[in-house]
Amino acid sequence: MNAGERLTDANFPAHPEKATLEGKNKFLGFWLFLGGETVLFATLFGTYLGLRNMHLDGPSSEEIFQLPLVFIATMLLLTSSLTSVYAVLSLKQNKVRSLQGWFIVTFLLGAAFLGLEIYEFIHYVHEGHTFTSSAFGSAFYTLVGFHGAHVLFGVLWIATLLARNWNRGITLSNAPKYYLFALYWHFVDVVWVFIFTVVYLMGKVG
Amino acid sequence: MATHESHKKKSVFMDWLTTVDHKKIGILYLLAGGFFFLIGGLEAILMRIQLMEPDSKIFTGELYNQLLTMHGTTMIFLAAMPIIFGFMNAIVPLQLGARDVAFPFVNAVGFWLFFFGGLLLNLSWFLGGAPEAGWTAYAPLSTVAEDTGVDFYVLGLQIAGAGTLAGGINFLVTIINMRAPGMTFMRMPLFTWASFVTSGLILFAFPALTVGFFLLMFERVFDANFFNPDMGGNVLIWEHIFWIFGHPEVYILILPAFGIISEIVSTFSNKRLFGYSAMVFATVLIGFLGFMVWVHHMFTVGLGPVANSIFAVATMAIAIPTGVKIFNWIFTMWGGQIRFSTAMLFSVGFIPTFVMGGVTGVMLSVPAADYQYHDSYFVVAHFHYVIVGGLILGLFAGLYYWYPRMFNRVLNETLGKWNFWLFFIGFHLTFFPQHWLGLMGMPRRVYTYMSGQDLDGSNFVSTIGAILMGAGTIVLLINIIISASSKYKTTKDPWDGRTLEWSMPLPTPEYNFAQTPLVRGLDALYVEKSVGNGEMTPAEPVGEIHMPNGSILPFILSLGMFIAGFGFIYSSWIVAGAGMGLVLITMFLRSVIDDHGYHIHKEEVEADIKGGRA
Repeated sequence: MNAGERLTDANFPAHPEKATLEGKNKFLGFWLFLGGETVLFATLFGTYLGLRNMHLDGPSSEEIFQLPLVFIATMLLLTSSLTSVYAVLSLKQNKVRSLQGWFIVTFLLGAAFLGLEIYEFIHYVHEGHTFTSSAFGSAFYTLVGFHGAHVLFGVLWIATLLARNWNRGITLSNAPKYYLFALYWHFVDVVWVFIFTVVYLMGKVG
Repeated sequence: MATHESHKKKSVFMDWLTTVDHKKIGILYLLAGGFFFLIGGLEAILMRIQLMEPDSKIFTGELYNQLLTMHGTTMIFLAAMPIIFGFMNAIVPLQLGARDVAFPFVNAVGFWLFFFGGLLLNLSWFLGGAPEAGWTAYAPLSTVAEDTGVDFYVLGLQIAGAGTLAGGINFLVTIINMRAPGMTFMRMPLFTWASFVTSGLILFAFPALTVGFFLLMFERVFDANFFNPDMGGNVLIWEHIFWIFGHPEVYILILPAFGIISEIVSTFSNKRLFGYSAMVFATVLIGFLGFMVWVHHMFTVGLGPVANSIFAVATMAIAIPTGVKIFNWIFTMWGGQIRFSTAMLFSVGFIPTFVMGGVTGVMLSVPAADYQYHDSYFVVAHFHYVIVGGLILGLFAGLYYWYPRMFNRVLNETLGKWNFWLFFIGFHLTFFPQHWLGLMGMPRRVYTYMSGQDLDGSNFVSTIGAILMGAGTIVLLINIIISASSKYKTTKDPWDGRTLEWSMPLPTPEYNFAQTPLVRGLDALYVEKSVGNGEMTPAEPVGEIHMPNGSILPFILSLGMFIAGFGFIYSSWIVAGAGMGLVLITMFLRSVIDDHGYHIHKEEVEADIKGGRA
């Protein structure tokens, strides 16, 4: 069977994302890549923890963070993780329209999260908490900004993926791609859970 | 879908520029790494010329700092690692019985990123001066430097490092997923095992460096304050991040050399490796412990006796698995029919030399003593004993051993022996005196010393040794030129090899194995030889072979990074944006253009087999 051929319910494998060697390789390679990404974010978290109280004359984290806004952002991202799970369930049932619908919702939630984050950063800059104002500022924007850049990359990725495969159904070639995006998206979500805890909650009470 | 791009004739130049074949990428890595090795060596010899006499004024001050920074950086990131990747690319898929690596396209991306990163870094010599903050680029030395040298360092290595990370993931997946039938983990040759562990170390060490470089870049280009105490920053954050990467890095370097030595000692002793499973376990253990010792580079920082003691004990513990390896190599030779080819000479020279580097390493791991050794020539002697006396001797050995497989010719053995003795004697002359130069108080990284302090004679000897090492390297170059211009081609198995890379004809067919081999034991080829087959038993009938298409995109993507690097160095956001735009467009193209590769038909494979080409 050709990897680019639309799968039917009759020949649909149990794990379309791992049915070819290429798919298996991508699956494993991407998990390993996420392992490396974990170290990347761990290093950023370490740096942030070392510098988070060094706000000098600028506002401290207690003064500036606004939990309601961050809570809404968290809910948006967590929900987008759930919708990407539904998309992957649709993938495994060969329901391509449903997959597209759930990934579009994922995309929209991710974009909304980014909008809130941009709004949040602009607000902070007006309050005097900038990238160059202190070591706290540099560490904060680097950590949260790296995560934001990951979200941005993710929304561009899923948009490209959906557009390119809109009329192709589910194939052995694109099933791993959808699946990997979902993995990536969960990872980005998990990182945010840590940011919410370490940066925002600890910033308020620690 | 199945196109036949292989039959479209490409020019030789475009063929190499677009190749995704692991064998060609291996050669590219070896050539580029070899080129940077010569540059790094030249920088070392210039430094030794400056230090030959006391109060010498040939390369002083800033220029000397640039030489020492670029020597270390070039040798580690642009010479040693790429040459290791060269051997990994050329040999690991063959040893596994695989037709290619898991991600041929990513493999090409990895090479071109390294190449353009190295190019960017070295262009600094012509564009306002090379970096001068040492290969470790400690803050605030690296953050206050006003010229663009450190910017070239940060961006050049960031780009090259991304390529290394891609390569590491590629080999992990290749080794886990692409093994031939019967090639269980505990039948993998030691070089493949070492490559596996090294790739794992790359995966978990390089992202820390990536972050370190981002922080340093943000500090310099965007005025961030991570390392600026006036603004609440902390210079120690750089040291921690650098060494959390930096110590695993030295095991990334040495483990493949251990693997090469294991292959060669076994082959040229005509014996299977003594204690194979202990060797595997030791390799894994060294890789694991390598992450827990970074603070031994920072004993004098003042983290306190508890932290220093813990890291000291962890450091000493690494001597145990390393000792296991040393004894296993000796026991492999014990009772073997030893053939002293050049590869074997380098391997035998490696063992005592590396042990000496290991002994000084254990000395340095004692914090109280380290306060005395720190930043002295004793440290310089130590790490050159493990890196040159360990890794580089291993790489020379590997070059002589695998040269026939990679280039279809053997290197001349007489010149090879000249190469070995000149380099080996030169090495010990250079670095052995540096032990007591350090104990007598000569600090590293300082461009001169005064006469009358008993430092003259040893420094003079050290410089003579460096020149001998240079001479040994020139002999190697002559050897390569002679072999390249000779018509003599070797047989497919010149050393009576034991592993799969010696089982196919020369030149290696582009699909490696016409039929995937069936592996029936450790030293797979030797097993077949010992039962009288002489060649591998196939695990599958002759059939169509799927191959990936070549692509120019890896080159263009890396070129985009290179352009963006210049943009960031000179704070020209248009150039940076254009470069990153090129990167994103290339990624977009790769994503939307379907490329399912092509197939080599059964008839062609059969014709190759009949013609002795596969």
